[in-house]
Amino acid sequence: MNNPAQGLGAIFYKEVRHMRRDPMAILFALVIPVLLMIILGTAIDTNIRQVRTVVYDASGSAMMSAVSGSSMSRAFLDRLRNSDTFRIYKYVSSDAELNRELIAGRASVGIKVPVDFDRDLLKGNQAQVLVLVDGSDSNVAGQAVNVSSSLGLDESLRRMMPAGGRQAIEVRPKMMFNPASRSPNFLLPGLMSVLLILVTVLLTAFSIVREKERGTIEQLFVTPVRPLGLMLGKIMPYFVTGTVEFTVIILFMRFVFKIPIHGSVLVLAVLTAGYLFVNLAIGMLISSKANSQAEALQMCMVVMLLSIFLSGFMFPRETMPTWAYLASHLVPATYMIQIARGVILRGAGLAQLWINGVVLFAMGAGLLLLAAKRFKNMTV
Amino acid sequence: MLAIQTQKLTRRFGNFVAVNQASIAVEKGEVFGFLGPNGSGKTTVIKMLTGILPITEGEAWIEGIDVAKNVDAVRERIGYMSQKFSLYDDLTVMENLQFYARAYQLKGKKLAQKIEETIAANKLEKYVDRLAGRLSGGWKQRLALGCALMHEPTVLFLDEPTAGIDPVARRQLWDLLFQLSGQGITFFVTTHYMDEAERCSHLAYIYYGELIADGTPDALRSLPEVNPPGTHRFEISAPAITTALRKAKEMTLFKNATIFGRSIHALVDESVGQEELGRELRKRGIAVEEIRPLIPTLEDAFVELSQRRQAQMEVAS
Ligand SMILES: Nc1ncnc2c1ncn2[C@@H]1O[C@H](COP(=O)(O)OP(=O)(O)O)[C@@H](O)[C@H]1O
Ligand SMILES: [Mg+2]
Repeated sequence: MNNPAQGLGAIFYKEVRHMRRDPMAILFALVIPVLLMIILGTAIDTNIRQVRTVVYDASGSAMMSAVSGSSMSRAFLDRLRNSDTFRIYKYVSSDAELNRELIAGRASVGIKVPVDFDRDLLKGNQAQVLVLVDGSDSNVAGQAVNVSSSLGLDESLRRMMPAGGRQAIEVRPKMMFNPASRSPNFLLPGLMSVLLILVTVLLTAFSIVREKERGTIEQLFVTPVRPLGLMLGKIMPYFVTGTVEFTVIILFMRFVFKIPIHGSVLVLAVLTAGYLFVNLAIGMLISSKANSQAEALQMCMVVMLLSIFLSGFMFPRETMPTWAYLASHLVPATYMIQIARGVILRGAGLAQLWINGVVLFAMGAGLLLLAAKRFKNMTV
Repeated sequence: MLAIQTQKLTRRFGNFVAVNQASIAVEKGEVFGFLGPNGSGKTTVIKMLTGILPITEGEAWIEGIDVAKNVDAVRERIGYMSQKFSLYDDLTVMENLQFYARAYQLKGKKLAQKIEETIAANKLEKYVDRLAGRLSGGWKQRLALGCALMHEPTVLFLDEPTAGIDPVARRQLWDLLFQLSGQGITFFVTTHYMDEAERCSHLAYIYYGELIADGTPDALRSLPEVNPPGTHRFEISAPAITTALRKAKEMTLFKNATIFGRSIHALVDESVGQEELGRELRKRGIAVEEIRPLIPTLEDAFVELSQRRQAQMEVAS
């Protein structure tokens, strides 16, 4: 009796048969992530384009022309429109109307060109444009402010230059790794990290908690099956399931979403194995604590939410409050998201990411031993 | 050497004492019946003896081996069939057998041979490919027993093995137990059935954590607490049995009276003979059909012991 993983083979034998009897659970676990990926990958575009914009151009009103606005203000507004950030859907003719559109939520941005816009420009005074931004969506607001002020800057520089002159400095930004700046490219590697939690944590936790509910776990405790054997025997089939899911997700990313994978898929797979391992260990730890499937589900949801909010999947870690930033180091998904984005988007390899792999495997081993200890204490 | 022995075995859950200083001694080859109302601590005792639950205080030995010190050696010797049969409903009979055989570290030829044997011994041939969840109670129980015996244990713990099983299957299981006990296996069985208790070679009765009786069925029936000096027992048959009982209980000559089927089992003052009892009852308008002297049954014994214990506990608190 010196094999600490005694009984592994027996548990594995049984677990594979449980899975065969319940293909729906596995299918469910594989199909849900794919569905989520399709929904999030196609429906959510976090790049801000075509913001509904209302314009009150007072500059032309002095001339009483049929078309509102002066030629200068129209040129400026055209540039705004060409930025692709703003979509001008309506021109209004009073401050009150402008406000009404914003308050009603029909417009996210309201632009007012004042009466003396042309006159100020011609005199060489500073002309003003008022940009009212609905701050209730901070992403949209930020982008609107940025684009409008850079347009203003651009316009000012151009007027200061002598005709035919050139800007002293031209900044030429070039996106290196995601040239089209497509958000699915950025979103899906992160999403993969979150989705892999589902099959691993949830299914392993359930498989042991079910034995508690049925009372079969006590029967197991009187056999020579050791806690480590029990856990590894339970983990292995779900490790395989997790690997299958990983493969499906990668294939979807590559061939359905056409996201180029710049690094080595093998490196990604090896590092992902570490991530699967941590999640399976978390599942085990949950099952050592929970006594019912409902309880286990709640604990899994906590893991899921922490992974979504702290890992950098939803919010950039750099802008988190200090406590959240520190806590994000304890969330395995943080390391996995760095791995996935690194390999897929930047072509990073083991040289850059080995430390993430080490952290994940170490976390997994630690949690698994903790769970084994808890199972051991459950019996004598 | 005793097959099972405990010394002041105690288990607490927080402040609640589930088992209080229970000392038990079971000889090899005995069929030991462990009885008591629900929630009295029967399962808790079994879990401590099988090493599933830690012992709070006291000691326990299986075939001389200390359970707390050497649980692995104990587990090689014991089998356990828990209250719910502990089978995997979504696995077939064969898969359940395969799993338990592997869990007990059987391999290769020995594994195949042992499974074959178990199937034959329990007549499971027709059901090997059926899901365990689809078996009837009796067959489930046979399969569970087969699984628990896979590693040839010498002490077997069965927790309410016949709960919810039809009478024929019940009878068959007990026949099987005696056959195995003939081969030297010791049984520790909990049950609520008196006919099963009656067949045990040794009984103990636990009442809310306290072990209050221990001995052969005959010894328990003839306990002085069950047969208080100055009383004797009669079985009284009468129509309208509940009304009869109510009226009887008003009479001072009754020490105790309980309905059993269509008759009353009564503990009556010794000074009142069989004929006088009949006269007294008829005087009260009870149409007595028959009165017979009665040797106490096991159930009488347990009811008597429980009531006395309950009274003591009420006085104490
Ligand atoms: N894990 C536990 N935690 C707290 N109380 C328990 C636990 N297990 C059993 N008990 C309590 O111990 C008492 C004895 O239970 P049990 O041994 O199952 O009784 P029996 O098998 O005789 O019906 C009951 O009151 C039960 O509620
Ligand atoms: Mg019980």
